[in-house]
Amino acid sequence: MNPVTGGAFVLATVGKVIIFFSVLMLAVMLATIFERKVCGFMQDRSGPNRVGPWGLLQVIADGLKNLLKEETMPAQAVRPFFLLAPVLGILPATILFAVIPFASPLPTQWGLVEMIVADVPIGFLYVLAIGSIGVYGVAMGGWASGSKYSLLGGLRGSAQMVSYEVALALSLVPLILLTGDVRAPEIVSMQQTFTAGPATYATWFMFPLLVGLFFFFVSGLAETNRLPFDLPEAEAELITGYHTEYSAMKFSMFMIGEFAHVITVAALVTVFFLGGWDIPFWQGDNIRVLADGTVIGEPTWWKTLLTLGAFGVKTSLLVLVFVWIRWTLPRFRYDQLMDLGWKFMLEAVTVYILVIAFVILGIEAVGIPAGGWYAFVLFLVNLALAGVLFFAMDRGTLIRGGAKGARPGGGDAAEGQGG
Amino acid sequence: MIQDFLFQAFAASAILGAVIMVTRRNPVSAVIFLVGVFFATSGMFLMLDAHYIAAINVILYGGAIMVLFLFVLMLLNLGHADWRDLRGPVGGLIGGSISIAFLGVLTRLFVGGTDARPVVEIAGSALREAAAEQGVVGVVARPLFTEYTIVLEVTGVLLLVSIVGTILLARRERT
Repeated sequence: MNPVTGGAFVLATVGKVIIFFSVLMLAVMLATIFERKVCGFMQDRSGPNRVGPWGLLQVIADGLKNLLKEETMPAQAVRPFFLLAPVLGILPATILFAVIPFASPLPTQWGLVEMIVADVPIGFLYVLAIGSIGVYGVAMGGWASGSKYSLLGGLRGSAQMVSYEVALALSLVPLILLTGDVRAPEIVSMQQTFTAGPATYATWFMFPLLVGLFFFFVSGLAETNRLPFDLPEAEAELITGYHTEYSAMKFSMFMIGEFAHVITVAALVTVFFLGGWDIPFWQGDNIRVLADGTVIGEPTWWKTLLTLGAFGVKTSLLVLVFVWIRWTLPRFRYDQLMDLGWKFMLEAVTVYILVIAFVILGIEAVGIPAGGWYAFVLFLVNLALAGVLFFAMDRGTLIRGGAKGARPGGGDAAEGQGG
Repeated sequence: MIQDFLFQAFAASAILGAVIMVTRRNPVSAVIFLVGVFFATSGMFLMLDAHYIAAINVILYGGAIMVLFLFVLMLLNLGHADWRDLRGPVGGLIGGSISIAFLGVLTRLFVGGTDARPVVEIAGSALREAAAEQGVVGVVARPLFTEYTIVLEVTGVLLLVSIVGTILLARRERT
C-alpha cells in the first residue's frame, strides 16, 4: 500500500489539522485542571472540586469567565503590539505540533495516511526555528504594556529563552549523530527494531543518550518559562511579569500558550528520546515508511489507535513530571539562572557532543553495526557521564546561595538544588 | 502553479515588509517588520526547495539576532522614541537620490539582464536530486565537512576572535 497522494492527501491533511488542533486545545484544557489537581494533591488539599464531577468542569467555568470579563487596555500600552503579543504567545506552541508524528500510519482505501500533519524534510530544524520565535510573545507583551514590571519580565524572558535555546539546540546534536536524519518519523523508526531496511538502534534513545535527554529536558523547561525557570513572571518581584497588564481572554491566551508549550515539549521529548508512538516490548507496531514510499511492517487501524494511546500515555507522564517539578523546586535567582545556562549547560553540552562523537567513532572503528549492542555501549558511556555530572560536578558548586559571608549567619552555605 | 503563486506572494510581502520597515519611526515596529521580512524570505527559500537555508534563516535571524535587537531596544528603552533619521531637505535629497539610483540598477537587471530562470531550473533539479539522496541537511553538510572543512574552521576562528575582541572591549577595568 502506497502513501496517499493528490486530492486525498490534501483532504487527509486538512482533516489532521482540524482534528489535531481540537485535540491539542482539549489537552490544554485538561492540562490546566490536571496541574491544579496535582498541585492540590502535593499540598495535601483537594484542589478545584466544586464545578462538575471532581471539579472537571472548572476549566469550562474559567474559560467562560475569561471570555466574559472586561478587556482592559492600559493607557500607556502600544496598541497594535499589545494586541499582537498574546497571538504570538500561542502561535508557535501550536504550530510546533505539525511535525510531531503521533501514531503509526493509518491504512485507508485511498492509501496510507501518515499520522503526522506535515512531514517536512527539515524535521527538527523546524522545531528549533518555530521554537525560537516563541520569545516574541513574551518580549513584545512586556514591552508593549508600557509598565515597568512587564518590561522587566519581558527582558528577563527574552534573555533567558535566547540563552537556553543554545543548549536546547546543542543537546539534540548527539541525536542527529546517531540517526543521521532530521525527520521526526525517521527518528521514531530508528528507535524501533526492524529486520529489513536500513539499520536501526532497537532501543529508545533515552538509553544511549541519557545525558542528552537530561539536557534537552532542562532547556525545554527553561524554554516554557515554568518553575524553576519562571523568572519572567516571578510574582514576588514582578507581580506577574510580562502579562501583568493583560486581562480576560488576552491573559488566557498567554496561559493557553504556556500549557500548549508544555505539552509540545513533552511530545518532543517523547518523539526524540522515548520512542515516539512505539509500544515497548511489542514488535507488531514496527512500521516504517521509507523515503521512496515502500512500507515495512503491516499497518492496521487498531495499531494506529494503540500507538496513539502509547504516545498519549508517554506525553501525559512527561506533563506530570513538568507539573511535579513545578511544585517541588524553588525558583532560581536570576544570576543562578544565567550561570546555569552559560557557565554550565553550554560547556557541558559541548563536551557531551565531543564525547559522543568520539565514542561513535570508536564504536565504528571497532566495527559494531548499528543496533542493540551499539546502543548498549553508548548507554554505558552515558551512565558514566551521568555519574560524573550528578555526583562529581554538583557538590553545591553549580547552584549556590549568595557569595561567601553574604547571607546572615551562613558562611559558605551551598545549596545543591537538584541537577 | 500554486508554487509560483506562493513564491510571488512571499516575494511581494518581503518587499512590502522591507518598505514598511524602513519607513517606521518606532524602532520596535521596524524590528517586528524586519522579522516579517525574514519569514517571507524563508518562504521564498522554501518555494525554491532550499529547506535548510529557510530553516537556518528563521533560526538565526528571526530567532536569535532579531531577538537580540529587540532586547537591546527594550533594555535601553529606545522603543518609544520617534526621531527621524533623515533631517532637513539635504538629508531627504541624499536619501532620495540613493534610492532612485538603486531602483535604476534593479530595473536594469530586470529589463536588460539575461533571463536567470533556466539556470535556476537546472540548479533546482540538481538540488532536488541531491536532497532525495542525502536529505536536505546532508546536501549542505557534506561539502561543508569534506571539501570546505578548512574554510569552515577558519571562519569559526574568525568569529571566535571577534567574540573575544568584543569581550575585551566591553570589559570593565578593575578598580
